[in-house]
Amino acid sequence: MRLTKLLERVLSAIPVALGVAVLAFMFLRFLPGDPVEIMLGDTQVSQQQLDSLRSQLHLDKPLLTQLGIFLSGLLRGDLGVSIVKNAPVAKLIGDALPATIELTLATVLVGILIAMPVGIISAVRAGSWLDRTVLSGALVGISMPAFWFGLLMILLFAVELRVLPTSGRIAATMVVDRTTGFMLVDTLLAGNLKAFGTALKHLVLPALTLGVVFAAVLARVVRTSMLEVLGKDYVTTARAKGLREWGVILKHALRNALIPALTVTGLQFGELLGGNMIVETVFAWPGLGRLVVNSIFARDYVVVQAAVMLYALTYVGANLVVDTLYTLLNPRISL
Amino acid sequence: MSRAARVFATPLGRISAAIVATYVLTAALAPVLAPYGPEAGDLAQRLAPPSAQHWFGTDSLGRDILTRTLYGARVSLLVGVLTVAITAAFGTVIGAVGGFYRGAFDAVVGRVTELLLAFPYLIFAIGMMAFLGPGFANLVAALSLKGWVEFYRLARGETLDQAQREYVEASRAIGQRRPRTLFREVLPNVLPAISVLSTLRIGYFMVLEASLSFLGVGIPPNIPAWGSMISEGRGVLFIAWWVSTIPGIALLILVLAINLLGESLQEAYAPRTKRRGFARPSVSKVR
Repeated sequence: MRLTKLLERVLSAIPVALGVAVLAFMFLRFLPGDPVEIMLGDTQVSQQQLDSLRSQLHLDKPLLTQLGIFLSGLLRGDLGVSIVKNAPVAKLIGDALPATIELTLATVLVGILIAMPVGIISAVRAGSWLDRTVLSGALVGISMPAFWFGLLMILLFAVELRVLPTSGRIAATMVVDRTTGFMLVDTLLAGNLKAFGTALKHLVLPALTLGVVFAAVLARVVRTSMLEVLGKDYVTTARAKGLREWGVILKHALRNALIPALTVTGLQFGELLGGNMIVETVFAWPGLGRLVVNSIFARDYVVVQAAVMLYALTYVGANLVVDTLYTLLNPRISL
Repeated sequence: MSRAARVFATPLGRISAAIVATYVLTAALAPVLAPYGPEAGDLAQRLAPPSAQHWFGTDSLGRDILTRTLYGARVSLLVGVLTVAITAAFGTVIGAVGGFYRGAFDAVVGRVTELLLAFPYLIFAIGMMAFLGPGFANLVAALSLKGWVEFYRLARGETLDQAQREYVEASRAIGQRRPRTLFREVLPNVLPAISVLSTLRIGYFMVLEASLSFLGVGIPPNIPAWGSMISEGRGVLFIAWWVSTIPGIALLILVLAINLLGESLQEAYAPRTKRRGFARPSVSKVR
């Protein structure tokens, strides 16, 4: 029964994914002006070159044929070629992805490390000054524009304290062979501990910026769901059995309070995997978000089209995963 | 005590309302209050630190930060309020009609919203702005094209809930026309939740506008806006902290006050202890 429901859920994601792909495709076609001329900008090219570019992009074929070519390319993992960078889009995205994944993992880690203890304590001591401080702190965190918070972090850690670097993934003077694309892994593989330390330092500010903001969202969720669970009968029963208070909180209550927290974390994960355009721009972090922003400004719409689609698909995928985990954690929830 | 009065019953509600009111007033009176013109730059006074002459210092063109921050409030408030007015009106009507009548219309709109939700707001807005070109009206349009979805979902859910209640059945039993039941009986019961969401979304749209302006695809550079001011300050962060910091603080305090107001409204309409099934819109992050 649950399996068929799950299958239904997966199948229903397909039309959304297809719709997303078509929308991303139209984005490039319906832009005002000739996409090829826009992409070339002020570069002087002959009519012949323009024509050959156009046929290279299949822009000389009917719209439906173009859509067919685009979709069948997608299935083969072919996302097109960037005119501006003169490289396959799949390669550009592949190059940027590890940086974004690294940042995402670090962010979620920072968020959980802050939000779980803070949220739990806040719920246990609901109404106390500690709880009120946490609540107001969380609201400040949520209301704060991430790009501005990033600049504040730079002001504090780089300008005042001068302890952390502000841009990129590693010092410009250091060269580390790219094996996995994950800077922390590659530096270790190269046996270069000094480079590893530098890479770690570069990760701190962007991960803190995103992580603190995420922690603000997560702490509120943890607090609310803990409060709800702590009022349930089975928690009273557990207390009545004479279990120690923290045992009740951590073993009995937390497990059930985790479900909403898991949802928020899962969705956040999916969102961040698409790259955070704002924070990656602030810290010159060479991930997907920065690739998209740069491509928009360079009018490299083939890249934008692919990235938009990737974003949307990751989001749909993350939703799917979260829904699936839901049923695994609590069999009583049906999709 | 009326619901509106209950918002002001708490000190937090009163303080946040006072802050928002102050912002609205100073924004409206910016030309009178501002010590300088928003574009008046004195190159001899480039990047001057805060002083008696320039309370919040000057930017890299020697323009007064206090003046530009006052003027920047106009953009933020206008974008926030206009976008919410458009999206709340559209989304609520579509959602209420969809939830009340169901059927093919509801199903089609449901699919469209699923698609829109799949796109992160920021990239959707950046894409739309690349498509439409920079400008105030285009910005509001780009934000509105996706922004109605949250109102639609809330209004639809609340309407579905209300439609099962006895009073709807009663109005049908006495032969009241369906549209009248929807707009006269059901909709007023949906509006409290919508008003909470509207308040919270004003702050959300402000941060979104600032983010877009920060990236250079929002408000055109000739109009002072907090997002672009913060962006300008990025380049001189190491020598002039005030250029980015001041407009950021202005934005943070306003958004915080609006979010607090939204939460006070929430409490006033739906105290935690009662009312089953009241959807609780919550503060959300710009993504």
